[in-house]
Amino acid sequence: MTLTSLAFYLFATVAVASSFMVISSRNPVYSVLFLILTFFNSAGLFVLLGAEFLALILVVVYVGAVAVLFLFVVMMLDIDFAELSEGFLQYMPIGATVGLILLLELLLVFGASSSLVDTNPLPQATPEGMTNAEALGRVLYTDYVYFFQAAGAILLVAMIGAIVLTLVPSNNPKKQNISNQTARTRDEASENVDIEPGQGI
Amino acid sequence: MIGLTHYLTLAAIIFTIGVFGIFLNRKNVIIILMSIELMLLAVNINLVAFSAYLGDLVGQIFALLVLTVAAGEAAIGLAILVVYFRNRGGIAVEDVSQMKG
Repeated sequence: MTLTSLAFYLFATVAVASSFMVISSRNPVYSVLFLILTFFNSAGLFVLLGAEFLALILVVVYVGAVAVLFLFVVMMLDIDFAELSEGFLQYMPIGATVGLILLLELLLVFGASSSLVDTNPLPQATPEGMTNAEALGRVLYTDYVYFFQAAGAILLVAMIGAIVLTLVPSNNPKKQNISNQTARTRDEASENVDIEPGQGI
Repeated sequence: MIGLTHYLTLAAIIFTIGVFGIFLNRKNVIIILMSIELMLLAVNINLVAFSAYLGDLVGQIFALLVLTVAAGEAAIGLAILVVYFRNRGGIAVEDVSQMKG
């Protein structure tokens, strides 16, 4: 068994085990942490496949942004999680049935299609003498530049949408109201007070 | 040796775990969102494996786009969850149908 096979089986085993722990863990904080472990192991698999750039993007975007976002929301909302996991075993039979059928069908597709059963070592998608990031950039910024722009637009819409959804208008905003300022007259802005000699106001 | 079949089987298992998670945690929206992330991750593994198998970088480009959509989906989903929690004081999925306008 070569080092590559050993690394694949290590990453794959940990990824499957931790993704199972994501859905079966009682505490959602543990679920998020196991999700992070799954993403790290998938990043290792991507490195084995020769997709170094995607592996690092997976770590940066998923672990650094998405998983931490999940962690924030889980800790910010005061939720009784014991109550939520009440019907856990109730849905087990139907879920197991559907999952098993789906898995069997997927594996059957691989078995039936002879071209998909291929245990030869995978070639590298990156051309010789070029780093993965460089090769990816050469394709992404030429043939797929519109897809790239669309991805940026999707992220912009997601950002604006998240802000609009969660923004609470403040009761006492320290904002400048120009029409109020220009509508001020001398009468309401100042007042003349007669002060008797020897007395204060 | 490790070939295409190994990666496809792994992605199939992770995808099935994601579907199973949606059934298992029907009351907990946070776990359901995480299950969707798992399913998208399985799709990404498939895309990258086929990219290496065919010697074509386009698979990795599409994996990048799937990653973008997954990040946007997580942000919007969690924002909706926060607003829903603020309005109802809980995240029980059964009452979500009351959100319809």
